[in-house]
Amino acid sequence: MRITLSPRARATSALATAALGLAVLTGCGSDDAPAPSTAGSEESSSTDTSSRAPESAALSVTDPYVKAAESGMTAAFGTLVNSSDAPITIVGASSDITTSMELHETVAADGTMKMRQKEGGFTIDPGGEHLLEPGGDHLMIMDLTRAVEPGESVIIKLTLDDGSTMEIDALVKEFDGADEEYMGDMGDSHDMDGEHSGDHGSSS
Amino acid sequence: MTSARDHRADVAGVGAPGRPRPLQTGAAALGGAGLGWSSAPLAAAATETIAGRTTGATVLSPSAGQSTVPFHGAHQAGVATPPQAHLSLLGLDLLPEVDGPALARLLRVLSDDIARLTAGQRALADTEPELATVPARLTVTVGIGPRVATTLIPTARRLDLTALPHFATDRLLPRWGQSDLVVQICADDAVTVAHARRMLLKDSRAFSRTRWVQDGFRRAHGSVPGTETMRNLMGQVDGTVNPTEADPAFAGLVWAEADDHGAAFAGGTFMAVRRVRMDLDTWDRVDRPGREFAVGRRLADGAPLTGGAEFDEPDFDATDDVGFPVIDPAAHIRRARTDDPRQRFHRRGYNYTQPDPDRPTGEDSGLIFIAFARDLPTQFVPIQERLAQNDRLNQWISTIGSAVYAVLPGVRDDSEDYLGRALIAARD
Repeated sequence: MRITLSPRARATSALATAALGLAVLTGCGSDDAPAPSTAGSEESSSTDTSSRAPESAALSVTDPYVKAAESGMTAAFGTLVNSSDAPITIVGASSDITTSMELHETVAADGTMKMRQKEGGFTIDPGGEHLLEPGGDHLMIMDLTRAVEPGESVIIKLTLDDGSTMEIDALVKEFDGADEEYMGDMGDSHDMDGEHSGDHGSSS
Repeated sequence: MTSARDHRADVAGVGAPGRPRPLQTGAAALGGAGLGWSSAPLAAAATETIAGRTTGATVLSPSAGQSTVPFHGAHQAGVATPPQAHLSLLGLDLLPEVDGPALARLLRVLSDDIARLTAGQRALADTEPELATVPARLTVTVGIGPRVATTLIPTARRLDLTALPHFATDRLLPRWGQSDLVVQICADDAVTVAHARRMLLKDSRAFSRTRWVQDGFRRAHGSVPGTETMRNLMGQVDGTVNPTEADPAFAGLVWAEADDHGAAFAGGTFMAVRRVRMDLDTWDRVDRPGREFAVGRRLADGAPLTGGAEFDEPDFDATDDVGFPVIDPAAHIRRARTDDPRQRFHRRGYNYTQPDPDRPTGEDSGLIFIAFARDLPTQFVPIQERLAQNDRLNQWISTIGSAVYAVLPGVRDDSEDYLGRALIAARD
């Protein structure tokens, strides 16, 4: 399936990806996919848009997609996969379709599901994966600067806790889910105060 | 007693194309697939005959539900693929605002869905991922109708695709008429078809409206040998002379070459969809000799009335005791026969039946005739004209729907390619 890696990560090794798949299946940590060294990290402009840091090279995102929206808020989903033997934490995200993105979690509060920024970002265990899905953790796209239409690609840049970044290429899909907390009406204004918890309390 | 684990190994061993893949992909890409697979009660109680003795032992057979047909390749699947048990044919009309780039976006989404679902994996944003875990030879085949072929494709690559001529036996109803797109969904499991249809319709919703859905069926998977010619609902063996992929002439009869319509359509084909209603009420009044006379074949085994077995050549010159032809000159197989080797095409029809309170029997039954040809005007139309002009079968059948499509070439196995990309994308 569509597995979009940064060019850098793509270059690291197919073996690491295969080993990772098995590791996921058996629930064991991957032990043979070390993060590549940062040697040769000079800026090479055009194609390589990721940083040269090891964390981004060990991170991949499978099955990324963005919910189509005319305006306002939407979200990106997928599975973050860490092929290294050290934890990786996503601390930020950005895209040219929005002025602001946040890392969100969804929690039950006062009898409803609310979402809020996830303190400390998304940490992916060594050899593990972290699901971003409707009703769970996700990349919140706060304020679209243009419509995102089904079938187009959206580039999302993830920032990792070591400062490295990677880009993912997400397919836009029309989707009725991921709706309850912040998409009461597609045509609504951006005033989501009533639905979108601003409470940044301790994460669950 | 063999465990499910052993069975998994067996299935991988027989090489069902998509089988090993989920095992190497990880739970994330799979959704619930891994779970559903490993916990499936695959040990089917079955009887095994050894030296003529029924043992009643429990045996394991490869799960038909896990068989896959590759999506990627030079051609779309679902054309040469031996017909699955179930069909859902979708006729979609594009919204007025859909232009070439929007069509390309639709085809990109559909391609992504099809690649995943046919491999037994959930689609992106699949709200019922557990239903995606039984591919059951799922294929999805996409074609474009004349309006799309002649207006939404960049001028240099436009296809010459026009409606079929009017045939004398046509009783066409607009509700089964030409649509902008066709999506042919086939699988050996009806739930698989339903899930794929729902997913594809959801992803088409921003671009199109559903004009019609034509559901069809053949024998259930495994109930008859896969090589057996189907019977239509009039009871006739239907499709004896149908060229299949094993026929050396198949590729030349079905797949477009670069010289035909340009490189962007190489590997594509053309599709005729004809909804043929059977008047089973009046057919009921015809006794077996009359039925065999109308077709020119024996009902029991499909052999020509001039003898032999199903696949033996009919002897159109043979006469009976009093000098009449054994196979009537107006019999279906006589009228369909031609000496022109180009007048052949690949049929992949399905039975249909649906409730119809307006008819005495309460049902409307017939055949969803689906034909694939490299060139419909020279391969299909002459035969259909002959049949419409004179065919004893015409007394009991009428065509109530008709449409033609250009079936897009196949998709390369890389994340950038999608259905119709070379044909439709203004630039790559």
